[in-house]
Amino acid sequence: MEQNIFQVIWFILWGVLWAVYFMLDGFDFGLGMLMPFIAKNDSERRIIYNAAGPFWDGNEVWLITAGGATFAAFPKTYAIMFSALYTPLLLILFALILRGVAFEFRGKEESPVWKMVWDICLVIGSFLPALLFGVAFANFFKGLPIDWQGIMHGNTLSLLNPYGLLGGLLFVVMFLVHGALWLAVKSNGVLKWRAKVVAEKFWVLEVLLALIFFMATGFLTDLWANFFHYKILLIIPALAVLGLVAIPGFLASGAYWKAWFASALTIVFTTAFGVAGLFPRLIPSSLNPSWSLTIYNSSSSPLTLKIMTVVAFIFVPVVILYQVWTYKTFSEKVRPEFLETEEAY
Amino acid sequence: MFDVVLLSRLQFAVASMFHFLFVPLTLGLSVLTAIFETLYVKTGDEDYKRAAKFWGKLFLINFALGVVTGITLEFQFGTNWSRYSMYVGDIFGSLLAIEATLAFFLESTFIAVWHFGWDRLSPKLHALSIWLVAIASNVSALWILLANGWMQHPVGYTIRNGRAELESFRAVVTNSFGWMEFIHTVSGAYILAGFFVLGISAWHLLRKNETVFFKKCFRVAATWTLIFALFEVFNGHLHGSEVAKAQPTKLAAMESLWETKNGAPMYLFIVPDEENERNKIELFPIPGMLSLLAYHNPSATVKGLKEWSEEERPPVTPTFWSFRLMVGLGFLFAALSIWVFLKRHEIEKNHFLLRILPWMIPLPYLACELGWIVAEVGRQPWIVYGLMETSAAVSPLSPVQVGISLAAFILVYTLLGLVDFYLLFKYARKGPEKISLAPVSAAGSPATN
Repeated sequence: MEQNIFQVIWFILWGVLWAVYFMLDGFDFGLGMLMPFIAKNDSERRIIYNAAGPFWDGNEVWLITAGGATFAAFPKTYAIMFSALYTPLLLILFALILRGVAFEFRGKEESPVWKMVWDICLVIGSFLPALLFGVAFANFFKGLPIDWQGIMHGNTLSLLNPYGLLGGLLFVVMFLVHGALWLAVKSNGVLKWRAKVVAEKFWVLEVLLALIFFMATGFLTDLWANFFHYKILLIIPALAVLGLVAIPGFLASGAYWKAWFASALTIVFTTAFGVAGLFPRLIPSSLNPSWSLTIYNSSSSPLTLKIMTVVAFIFVPVVILYQVWTYKTFSEKVRPEFLETEEAY
Repeated sequence: MFDVVLLSRLQFAVASMFHFLFVPLTLGLSVLTAIFETLYVKTGDEDYKRAAKFWGKLFLINFALGVVTGITLEFQFGTNWSRYSMYVGDIFGSLLAIEATLAFFLESTFIAVWHFGWDRLSPKLHALSIWLVAIASNVSALWILLANGWMQHPVGYTIRNGRAELESFRAVVTNSFGWMEFIHTVSGAYILAGFFVLGISAWHLLRKNETVFFKKCFRVAATWTLIFALFEVFNGHLHGSEVAKAQPTKLAAMESLWETKNGAPMYLFIVPDEENERNKIELFPIPGMLSLLAYHNPSATVKGLKEWSEEERPPVTPTFWSFRLMVGLGFLFAALSIWVFLKRHEIEKNHFLLRILPWMIPLPYLACELGWIVAEVGRQPWIVYGLMETSAAVSPLSPVQVGISLAAFILVYTLLGLVDFYLLFKYARKGPEKISLAPVSAAGSPATN
């Protein structure tokens, strides 16, 4: 019984870590994907880099922690999830490598070719993870063709099924809106105006995709079953929808911070919707339900879970505190004067 | 011939050795930058502020690749070593997760605070942020090396439910093997950072660029390098006797000792002949020395490789040569650091030292990589010493999949490595920013955009 409590705690934490990761790195991905369409010259491109500047690195650690937590709390899931998704995961990692160095390297040479190369890396390095995380999570929701040994039947291309692609597309568009709103918060003048217009346009697409996604989830997965069984859980998709419908109102009144928070709410609770629907499974098997990886058959020992709980309950709040402090410290807009300084990207 | 195990091992070797081109400088230069900035806060000397900025810029260029290549390492345990992850994740996974939560967040958040915060934080708070980065990166190393220490010398576990489960967390975090590895690795990293600062400062001093500035940097780095180069010889010896106790096969391979001996001598020059299970050449024996070093007793018995069947032995040739070369370099660093320390006050007059020091920069890099070859190749055929064999740890993947990803790793890492070292060179040669007498005009002219 005690074991069950810790397994449930870690399942929730697992979901929270992924949700926070998508909420935070999501706007970095959005900024990167938007850059070719929204920035018309070098200083506008640099404003985009610097809008993510002090944050992207700290944001990415949520991914490392989500991965580490999966490893520590559900080692069997970690092993099967990442070996089954070998190719897409390595693509994500290479993309993240290119994105990371693009930030650091781009401003270190004046040549336009040099800058263009890193700009391309930033765009690819933002688009691929956004798409592939969406594809991967949609496939988790649907279930992976894993057998009782955790060996995946079917190749990487089988992940690109319609529902998987729908998940990928939804992630891309959610992050585009999220990134555009962040840019509206962080910039001024014409760039801000363009960001606002882009956010409005992609918002329409986001609503459309979200609708299709929630419906397709009803037809192609059993995720909704949990929500009808425990009605209280319906608050999760409700909050996702609430965030989504609140965005245009905030946008119209120029409350960009609030619009961004609404978008963050959407991302967090869309992720939470999927995760809550999976419970108590982490990755269902589409071949045989009894081969699914659950919190009961894939978790660590009670002792490890207990120790990890203590560590998480002490240190995650501390992390949140200092990261919030960082966001506050660097909350002002990226001004053209800042681009003249040595430390600007 | 290329099976998944071999390809996955090669991939992990490429990924970890490349990662470790950037880690030691991060560990050491973060502390040195923090020291420079603290000197600035204490003395108000602008040169120390410029030093923090100059070395900090090199730190950032180096840090970028260190971070992004670290992520792939964490995930490779899942992608390529899934059987390992399932078998030992209960212990190993928790150490990695604790590392991320305790250290990596702190490091990545405050490096950005430091990078972007020059005008936004008070000097004290700004100096604090680089100290947090330095502490966090070193704490991060501790947890990673406790995880590796557990692979080298597993403790505090029990086999239950078909896997290794945690029995005593305290035993895992107080594992002396892990702590010795930590001390040895971090001291090595500090030596590397020391020679990095010495070498670049020497290059500028020889050209009479910013002599006052670089002499200040040189003096700090000279003392620093001396401390850790001497300490490394001492703790390296202790680490070696820990290996003798915990991993007798590795020790035998390190010394290319084939026959078990009482009062084993140490040969100053050996050429191993692995095929015929002997040494081709053994010269200059020091009687009882190996026994003395390994067990602090000149007549102690040291087990030779023939005690174990061929399948139980690590590859002798790479383990032996890596170890010898690393130790040789270690003594060279100690000698050189004494010389540098003694000459530090009038270093600008010692053109010979100034000329050779820039060429010394790659050597600690080599020593660090060799050390990892000893640690990891010398542990074979085990992935967890005595508990799980490497061949049983690999994921059910196809050789083609791993072959392609290995090729991608080599290609991407080579390109990025070249770019990174090019930038390090460029900004190291450029020297620190000039002291600006007038404040920089606030608004840049629009024409420059």
